[in-house]
Amino acid sequence: MELDFARQSHLIWALLPEIVLSISAMAVLLAGVWKHEEGRPQDAHWLGGLALAGLLLAAVANGWLYGLSEVGRDGIIALDGFRLFANWLFLLGAALTIVVSFTYVERQRLQVGEFYALILLATVGMMFMGGTRDLILIFLGLETMSIAAYVLTAYNRRDRRSAEAGLKYFLLGAFSTGFLLYGIALAYGATGTTNVAEMAVSIEGGAGLSGLLVAAMGLLAIGFGFKVAAVPFHMWTPDVYEGAPSPSTAYMAAAVKAASFIAFVRVFLVAFEGVYTSWFPILWWLAALTMVVANLVALTQANVKRMLAYSSVAHGGYLLVAIAAANQMATAGLLFYLLVYTFMTVGAFGILMVVSAQSEERLQLEDYSGLGWRQPYLGILFTIFLLSLAGFPGTGGFMGKIYLLQGAAEAHLWTLAVILVLTTVVSYFYYLRVSWYMWMRPAEGGAGEPGEDSAIFAPLPMRVALVATAGIILFLGIFPGNILDFAFVSAQDLFPPASGLIGGGP
Amino acid sequence: MLNAVAYDAWILHALIWLPLVGALGLFLLPESRAKEFAFGWTGGIFLLSLGLLVQFDPGGALFQFTSTATWIEMWGVSYSLGIDGISLFMILLSTLIMPIAVLGSYNYIKEREQGFYALLLLLQTGIVGVFASMDLFLFYVFFELTLVPMYFIVGIWGGERRIYAAVKFFLYTAAGSLLMLVGIFYLYFQAWSVTGAPSFHYLDLVGTPLSFVEQLWLFAAFGVAFSIKVPVFPFHTWLPDAHVEAPTPGSVVLAAILLKLGTYGFIRFLLPFFPLAAGHATVIAVMLGLAVVGIIYAAWVAAVQPDAKKLVAYTSVAHMGFVVLGVFALTATGIQGALIVMISHGISTGALFLLVGMLYERRHTRLIEDFGGLAQVTPLLATAFVITALATIGVPGTSGFVGEFLALLGAFERHPVMAALAATGVIFAAYYMLPMVQKILFNSLEREENRTLPDLDRREVAVIAPLVALMIGLGVYPQPVLERMEPAVQAVVQHVEGGTVDWAGQGVLGSDQEEIAYDPIRSVGAEPAGSDR
Repeated sequence: MELDFARQSHLIWALLPEIVLSISAMAVLLAGVWKHEEGRPQDAHWLGGLALAGLLLAAVANGWLYGLSEVGRDGIIALDGFRLFANWLFLLGAALTIVVSFTYVERQRLQVGEFYALILLATVGMMFMGGTRDLILIFLGLETMSIAAYVLTAYNRRDRRSAEAGLKYFLLGAFSTGFLLYGIALAYGATGTTNVAEMAVSIEGGAGLSGLLVAAMGLLAIGFGFKVAAVPFHMWTPDVYEGAPSPSTAYMAAAVKAASFIAFVRVFLVAFEGVYTSWFPILWWLAALTMVVANLVALTQANVKRMLAYSSVAHGGYLLVAIAAANQMATAGLLFYLLVYTFMTVGAFGILMVVSAQSEERLQLEDYSGLGWRQPYLGILFTIFLLSLAGFPGTGGFMGKIYLLQGAAEAHLWTLAVILVLTTVVSYFYYLRVSWYMWMRPAEGGAGEPGEDSAIFAPLPMRVALVATAGIILFLGIFPGNILDFAFVSAQDLFPPASGLIGGGP
Repeated sequence: MLNAVAYDAWILHALIWLPLVGALGLFLLPESRAKEFAFGWTGGIFLLSLGLLVQFDPGGALFQFTSTATWIEMWGVSYSLGIDGISLFMILLSTLIMPIAVLGSYNYIKEREQGFYALLLLLQTGIVGVFASMDLFLFYVFFELTLVPMYFIVGIWGGERRIYAAVKFFLYTAAGSLLMLVGIFYLYFQAWSVTGAPSFHYLDLVGTPLSFVEQLWLFAAFGVAFSIKVPVFPFHTWLPDAHVEAPTPGSVVLAAILLKLGTYGFIRFLLPFFPLAAGHATVIAVMLGLAVVGIIYAAWVAAVQPDAKKLVAYTSVAHMGFVVLGVFALTATGIQGALIVMISHGISTGALFLLVGMLYERRHTRLIEDFGGLAQVTPLLATAFVITALATIGVPGTSGFVGEFLALLGAFERHPVMAALAATGVIFAAYYMLPMVQKILFNSLEREENRTLPDLDRREVAVIAPLVALMIGLGVYPQPVLERMEPAVQAVVQHVEGGTVDWAGQGVLGSDQEEIAYDPIRSVGAEPAGSDR
């Protein structure tokens, strides 16, 4: 079937995953209220299962969309591989987060129904960010996602850190949204359209590079910079990630960041493709600064959750390299990296939740002393996640970095490539540090103490999720071929057919 | 017989992946059986690898046992294996050292045995993979893969400052190799733009045309990575820490095999990929200069070490200096000498670490002054120690002599001053080794504790005897090794000299050598070194 948005009914087909997921979110919300009994914690498994079913249905709808095609490349809803790949990322991130969160939300006595409904709603927002060609809709999606994320951050109302983090996130997030909105307005002023495809046509067809457009691009870069936590707009990240309940942090680090990157890519690589040379330096510096600063600051963190927060900022820096490179190889690298990144981030936060006994305690490095020998499976899994985050051969993280390097090399960004590998060396140190606490130091009253072992509890869904993510990470590190091709094909629709074809030479 | 089982087709795959299978298999066994299983497994792998010696045809193609399969089609990454005469002996050295290291750790490793032997086997997978890879991407993966097990071996089973040493080792090496990764990509894209198809295969990359400036940069990127691994002075500071803190088997593997990854990289990649840079006078002067400084400096530092293990660690730096000297002499003699030093150092320094480890197991100290007069109490140990020390110094009749002599000879043809300076290193070697031997074995037996030390038991004899036999065997009759390495070495030298080399076929075609135009004076060094000895 070919979709033509001149007919309203076709919009419904194009938005089927979003619609399915929205309905599921409402269902989870209602079920949560219905199942609620005063004084008793809600059954997370039942509601979580419902939410997972909703995600599964949306995934089916997303798969079904592969069979459709669209008229032209400028409809308000994009029906390209890029969007559909991004949807996989968001659905996957949400599903993994829900699976690892069961025990946490029960022990923390969180309102389960709303929690899962918010995750689903944020995911709907993300899917809009990735799935539309219109800046207004991107903005709407971004707001839907962000507001849900603010609430998810502040969700544990008994914990002051959570409330503080929520407020910080909200204030800075709202501030950055202002930049973004202003940028959209100026871009509209410069080109006379809010559709990214038409914007590109307008810029190439004569609007050219005006002062208005430069200002618009600058403001949009700042706005997106906030959302993807690029240095120097990353200040909110460590506090928010540290204060938020761990499942929310995992979700933000994985999916929220991915969605912001997807929208970032579509706006800059499609709308502003014709004026690449004028925004390229901004992205270059954002990428370089993010990689250097985040990795250096991460070195000094003694709190594992905060360290992972900075590490997440650093990964954003690697991904910015892909936007600076702005070719199909790099964009495919970004997609692949985000996929791997979702697995390894949620996996690492899952371990964190297990070690901290499904609460917000025992997050210091010392608490990991001797953990590996007392809990070998946990230790091995965490080591795999850490090696993958560090980008070590044999893991998906390595292949992701190679993909990004390929993109950077194809664009001849050799300096950025060198910065990327040098900051990777820096990152080895803080990832290794966790592993040396786990394996090379005797337990010192931390989570490894015999008496404390009872607090370490990994229920079956958590175990399944951790083993599966670690397995997928290893698989992607050893046999990445098909997924690499899939990412490459998915990125194809953002680029005119002539550029960056395989075998075409660099 | 070997042909009947298609030995050539599967042997390299087996040598790479069998250790990994063994590492996983270890966890199915009770912990008490771990060491016997590890020894049997690595020993079996060694026996399997011996077939390579029979099947390798010295007169055949440059690279043999080749096989290739697509790994990541999109990037042109292939799972390509193949060995030439150089990698042949590196692989044999690795498969030989592994069972010896396992046997040598029976008494040393007493806790978490499964984990230890699993890591050791994983390390073997990485090492053999490095030597057998024909694809640069694959090579890089294996090269990095060797880091993780070694990091854990040093960090978990090491001495007091083990974490510091492990992390330093890891970060130093990783920093170098990641820069090399960028270099690999540059090379890959250059080759891609020439051939029109992406490929990381060695044979597709080796002839890539690069400007002199490009070669210099890439030479630096690859060179630093390998120099850290070797280590070449001034990148050596991780080595004494890692060696001293590592458990005995860790030190043995580190010294005997892991350091060779660096020098192997010099010969296999650095020289053939960047002949213009490698042949440039300034580059040669720098590399030779660093080699000579390393030889002399390490010898002097070794001479004042109170700790026997640290002394042995510094001798590694000095020996690796001879290797670099031989390699950058850029003559066939020099490179062959360098290769023999690599093998000889693997055997003799491995043996020294084992012997020091045996002393430590008996007395729980490694300070030289705590010993004395051991020759009276432990004659077998003393004999092995003396022979090993002589091989380390490079006394004629031992493997050390053949290697260092050829390396110096090769260097002398081109750079007499450098060679003369480096030759003083042989004297210094006597200056640091012999006093240690004297203080440990021959001074008067003053300390009461030393009177009752047991001599080598049967297991320890089994550990040391093959190494001692090889030191002497290789010293007396190095011919079989030299003649198998010859074609590979000639190819490298010819390539740097600007001659044509058929990398996919027989390399430098034996009888056509005269037809290749090169400066007759410089060609003295290209004389086949093995044939006149």
